[in-house]
Amino acid sequence: MLEINDIHVSYGAIRALKGVSCQVDQGEIVALIGANGAGKTTTLRTISGLIRPYTGTISYKGQDIIKLPPHQIVNLGLSQVPEGRRVFTRMTVLENLEMGAYSRNDKANIKLDIKKVFERFPRLEERKGQLSGTLSGGEQQMLAMGRALMSRPTLLLLDEPSMGLAPMLVQEIFSIIQEINQSGTTILLVEQNAHMALSIANRAYVLETGEVVLSGAAQDLANDPQVQKAYLGE
Amino acid sequence: MLSQQILNGITLGATYALIALGYTMVYGIIQLINFAHGEIYMVGAFVGVFMITVFQQGLVVSLAAAMLACVIMGVTIERFAYRPLRRSTRLAPLISAIGLSIFLQTLMTKIKGPQPIPFPHVMEDALYKLGPIEISKVQIIILVVASLLMAGLHFIVKYVKIGKAMRAASEDYDTSALMGINVNRVISFTFAIGSSLAAAGGVLVGLYFNSVSPFMGVTAGLKAFCAAVLGGIGSIPGAMLGGLFIGVAETLGIAGGFDTYKDAIAFTLLIIVLLFRPTGLLGRPIQKKV
Ligand SMILES: Nc1ncnc2c1ncn2[C@@H]1O[C@H](COP(=O)(O)OP(=O)(O)OP(=O)(O)O)[C@@H](O)[C@H]1O
Ligand SMILES: [Mg+2]
Repeated sequence: MLEINDIHVSYGAIRALKGVSCQVDQGEIVALIGANGAGKTTTLRTISGLIRPYTGTISYKGQDIIKLPPHQIVNLGLSQVPEGRRVFTRMTVLENLEMGAYSRNDKANIKLDIKKVFERFPRLEERKGQLSGTLSGGEQQMLAMGRALMSRPTLLLLDEPSMGLAPMLVQEIFSIIQEINQSGTTILLVEQNAHMALSIANRAYVLETGEVVLSGAAQDLANDPQVQKAYLGE
Repeated sequence: MLSQQILNGITLGATYALIALGYTMVYGIIQLINFAHGEIYMVGAFVGVFMITVFQQGLVVSLAAAMLACVIMGVTIERFAYRPLRRSTRLAPLISAIGLSIFLQTLMTKIKGPQPIPFPHVMEDALYKLGPIEISKVQIIILVVASLLMAGLHFIVKYVKIGKAMRAASEDYDTSALMGINVNRVISFTFAIGSSLAAAGGVLVGLYFNSVSPFMGVTAGLKAFCAAVLGGIGSIPGAMLGGLFIGVAETLGIAGGFDTYKDAIAFTLLIIVLLFRPTGLLGRPIQKKV
């Protein structure tokens, strides 16, 4: 479904990605783990078209998307929950969800999908008229996820959805990610919380200073002594 | 006659507000003080005059034509003078704006000459008595047109999809793009709206003061800019409030005998307000964009 081949990205003199390749197949949950500054966010931003790599290819459903602007990539059914949630703080919860459906014109179905988001995240419904900047961190994360779902993605990129959340809420967010996956959305998940990520993923990639150093079935990586030492704190 | 002066002040302030909205909206979305905005207002006034004299059109058609012409002009300016500089230092588009402002003034001077020209006679003015105050037909037109345009703007920004996208983009480009918003198109739209409001302001001011000149955008532009900052740059209600505030203060100042300093009133007021509220009347507290 998504194939990334040897992408290189630099920020000025800083080489953030030095030839990253990975692949996500239909229906999977794929985890991308790695330490701070490994290049996880850069990878996701490159996939979404916010950053242009200077070499390499990215294809999505067989189409080369590397030259497309971000708003067109969303139209292809690839959406992202960015790092740090990035809700529109001066807009209401409802307006944030509407922005998520910006590329769509089927008003009736958009209404239906907003309802579905509210079913999944009842706390958002209670706060639908509230400015998003006044939501708690957990609620903002739910809003960011709901908003990304509003474009009806077939592939959802999630950048550290558990960041800064209490353990209870992390559990909740991860089970929602699994639900989203079970209802047919493929997921590429970036996480610092390698434990949780490997427990729900089918496969995983380990990124280190801009390079993929390990990859394989999530189970195998979770049992790998190297990974356990570096990322699972065991 | 305080109430009379306040009415006159509100009329003047409504025209400042129309111009101030363009400054604040453009600043809100691309953090640029569009120094050519006063010249868009000036060109709008001239297009109005041109429609009335050359094409013998009435006020409504001339107003609409001026607005349309300035939409095209504003969008073109953004596309060719600002967009190529978006990723350079913040000073570059500012210099480009100042250059454009000088260019447009000079161009209009070349075409029409430096002297102010009278606004053509489109209708008989009339005075109506409302208790102790008098209101002219022109004042009514200005207040009605300005109110309708501002109500329309409010509606767009609050309820229409592209207006909501403007708010989203003014908060966060990247995330807006991730929503499927074409940010460049939203920026063009912002220039279109701001320029059309300025054009309307130009025609209305021409009508009110019965004069247009290639340099009319300089003072009016600066005062409207003051109004936008005073209201809180980036805030749409702030620009409306700031415009009215400055219009009323200026008129009261003149009535109070400060007519020699009339053009200084806006700036004095701005300094005083900023001393107490550095982000303006309705401005948000300064926060860093992530
Ligand atoms: N806008 C930028 N300008 C310059 N350097 C950047 C920029 N964004 C990221 N970098 C650098 O690129 C490298 C990869 O950053 P990236 O944000 O992709 O890491 P990450 O794996 O997401 O880290 P984290 O887990 O902390 O979010 C880092 O060295 C970072 O300093
Ligand atoms: Mg990151």
